[in-house]
Amino acid sequence: MLLADYSLSTQLKEMEPSLESYLALSGILFTIGAVGVVFKRNAIGMFMCIELMLNAVNLTFISFSRYYGDVTGQLFVFMVMSVAAAEAAVGLGIFIAFYRNRLSIDVDDASILKN
Amino acid sequence: MVSTVLFFLFAGFAIACAVSMVYHRNPIYSAISLIGVFIALSCLYVMLAAPFIAVTQILVYAGAIMVLVIFVIMLLNLEEDTALNRLRYLYAVGGGLGVALLAQTFFIFYAVLKTPKVPVDAGTTAGKTMSIGTAMYTEYLLPVEIVGVMLLMAIIGAVTLVRKLEAPELELLEEQQSDKRIE
Repeated sequence: MLLADYSLSTQLKEMEPSLESYLALSGILFTIGAVGVVFKRNAIGMFMCIELMLNAVNLTFISFSRYYGDVTGQLFVFMVMSVAAAEAAVGLGIFIAFYRNRLSIDVDDASILKN
Repeated sequence: MVSTVLFFLFAGFAIACAVSMVYHRNPIYSAISLIGVFIALSCLYVMLAAPFIAVTQILVYAGAIMVLVIFVIMLLNLEEDTALNRLRYLYAVGGGLGVALLAQTFFIFYAVLKTPKVPVDAGTTAGKTMSIGTAMYTEYLLPVEIVGVMLLMAIIGAVTLVRKLEAPELELLEEQQSDKRIE
């Protein structure tokens, strides 16, 4: 029924990459980030992998926001960015405090609560 | 057609940078690769008619967060990440986790087929700064205020964590560190 007002611009839109391709990219990036958290040994590397995972989720929010024409997804991305900034400030503060105490930033050295 | 080519260009760049971030053991190389991912994603946001978020991505992530990360890497003068020695089974765990996550995400894409196939017209979409601002200060006022309080807490927390230590505390710490250096 909507075929009647199928204008040239909508036909052009169809040549855009589909929603699935954006979601696939987001899934791949999230997986790389999750695997990186397991593989990385230093805390800053793990932190950067977490940032990558947050960005993958942001891409999902933006692509859904685009395909539904809704502003909520973009607002959530804004919130995620604020949380990431707060996380960066506090997380890097913790790393510096940890480095002062142990002279290392390897997560394997953070075992003082064991035993 | 052009946008498909651009999509694959930026997506390939993002994935290549992400893999190189996990692959490199030197934290500086990882950080620079991550900036590449952020820039590629920002280009994709422009293609998704979200210019405000694209600019914020560059400003906040590449401009603020990564500068902070690189600053800390330089400050701590980190050496290269050593390979796993005693936790070698983690490689298997990580590989298994990756495969499981990837399979899960691709299952979700084929389960969710109710999503609209054609995006709404870019002129009317919500990517404009004004529509974001209007929604932020009317409908979503409470979350924005909560985010503001959270940022204030983060500032106070960060300052408290890295504050200058009092004299007795500092002496104790220096003693510990000199012991550790002798070891």
